[in-house]
Amino acid sequence: MEEGIAVATFQEQKVYSRPRALIEETTSYCPGCTHGLINKLIAEVIDELGIQENTISVSPVGCSVFFYRYLVLDGVVAPHGRAPAVATGIKRMLPDRVVITYQGDGDMAAIGMSEIVWTAMRGENITAFFVNNANYGMTGGQMAPTTLAGQVTTTSPQGRDVETMGMPTRMAEMIAGLPGSAYVARCAMYDARTIREARNAIRLALRAQMAGAGFTMVEFLSTCPTNWGLSPQDALHWIKETMVAYYPLGEFKVSEMVQRLKAQR
Amino acid sequence: MAKELLKGNIAIAEAALRAGVDAYFGYPITPQTELLEHMSRRMPELGRVFLQAESEIAAINMVYGAACTGAWAMTSSSGPGISLMQEGLSYIALSNVPAVVVDIMRGGPGLGNIQPSQADYNQLTRGGGHGDYRCIVLAPATVQEAIDLTVLAFDLADKYRAVAIVAGDGLIGQMMEPAELPPMRQRPRTRPPWALTGARGRLPNSIAAFSIEAETLEAMNWQLQAKLQRIREHEVRYEAWLTDDADILVVAFGSVGRIVKTAVREARAHGVHAGLIRPITLWPFPHAPIEQAAARVKAVLVVEMNAGQMVDDVRMAVCGQAPVHFYGRPGGSIPVPEEILERIMTLSREG
Repeated sequence: MEEGIAVATFQEQKVYSRPRALIEETTSYCPGCTHGLINKLIAEVIDELGIQENTISVSPVGCSVFFYRYLVLDGVVAPHGRAPAVATGIKRMLPDRVVITYQGDGDMAAIGMSEIVWTAMRGENITAFFVNNANYGMTGGQMAPTTLAGQVTTTSPQGRDVETMGMPTRMAEMIAGLPGSAYVARCAMYDARTIREARNAIRLALRAQMAGAGFTMVEFLSTCPTNWGLSPQDALHWIKETMVAYYPLGEFKVSEMVQRLKAQR
Repeated sequence: MAKELLKGNIAIAEAALRAGVDAYFGYPITPQTELLEHMSRRMPELGRVFLQAESEIAAINMVYGAACTGAWAMTSSSGPGISLMQEGLSYIALSNVPAVVVDIMRGGPGLGNIQPSQADYNQLTRGGGHGDYRCIVLAPATVQEAIDLTVLAFDLADKYRAVAIVAGDGLIGQMMEPAELPPMRQRPRTRPPWALTGARGRLPNSIAAFSIEAETLEAMNWQLQAKLQRIREHEVRYEAWLTDDADILVVAFGSVGRIVKTAVREARAHGVHAGLIRPITLWPFPHAPIEQAAARVKAVLVVEMNAGQMVDDVRMAVCGQAPVHFYGRPGGSIPVPEEILERIMTLSREG
């Protein structure tokens, strides 16, 4: 040390890095789309729980089809809507593995409604991640079961007419009402608090599956700036101000077993 | 093993168990339901997986999932259910995972009826779903052959990582006759290297009937086609009966092939040299033996329990060497030997 000069020594400490379970690659998601964020949260929780080598993913058809590549896991791409049935086949053969599906709203709530309902009804011990961005993203922004009343899409140019198309589908509430579900939560991806809550919900759902609690599902209100015609910033606001009003956040089903897990933290 | 009196559907189920099936997923439909029922009792007894699905769509996708783990998985159904499975079969085909499907064919189209039929021929032998692929299709004529071909279906599905279909009909499924079951096979439960098991100590495995890049998807297609070509070259099976001196060649498959035998025997009693080629693999189709036999005959007669489907393949095989006639009974009616004999005798006189 030089005389008269104080030199501070810094210990470098890495406080944040890409999760191991997430591929080191630029994703195909649009700028401002929160799919990538949800992928990352799931990867982080998989790292945290130490289950990367024990987890099998089932991807859907739609924007989220690349989940099987972005997550560094064994994985399969299911036919449109059929991910819960494919996951059932996997889980029945390998009950000690963690099996997850990652599905969009067209995939789960329209074409795959039968498969998701019956997989939940059976109490299949898998976890379904459900990304609700209120439209069909991959095909260019058509009306989805989750499209809000009055929302303009390429197939509802005058806005969704609930007189002819019915009201938007609330999946979390529906699945929570089935006896086979053990944990169902709806989260949103618009600020630090809601993102942290989403991470907690993912963690609890996967812990519940590992404990054999039954069917678990986490719904995410997610942005689609490209098809919504909004800037990334405005898209976050649209979730907060518009989507949450119809799709309330929170836990809709917490079985006794999951409550005990939750208390353990 | 001694012969026992067995119903076709139960014989197929029991043969699958003894061949080593790990998982069965199915949905009730006549005339195959006894197969599902038998599995619901026997699979849990053996500590294996049985699950009654909510639809044939779910059933084939459960088969897909189970097959992805390297397990031997199967389902069974009849025409209307097989139609619903076509999406899943298309995915399974390009994914190169093994699966066995049993189709106990009934009258169609639509709801049709529950009587025996062979009207799924085109759907089964052309792939059935979207895209370029074929499934191995095995057509039994007796309960014994249904047992043998069910075991073969698992071996071929496993060998080629492909879909193998046992194509019976309501007759095969519902009738009882003496047959011998194989002993319970002790199959090692090892997971193949491509299976999804969790990527422990290795890079992750992906299974996808999908590629966003045209070049990659084309390469995947050519790879699949190369495999199908190997199957064409090595797995053609058929029965040729009294064809050496035949003037009239009858081509029929499954239970109709068996009915035709009686008609051929009767024709010979009347001095008409008739013979039979019975394709056992409907895909790959026995083109070569039919082409060779057709060079020596005056006429070819195709008999089917449909309005004429395999006859197209026979015409391609015969390739103009002899006139090809068709006699069929669509909609669930079973032809009797006398009707077929009459056609053979007429062709003999006209020839």
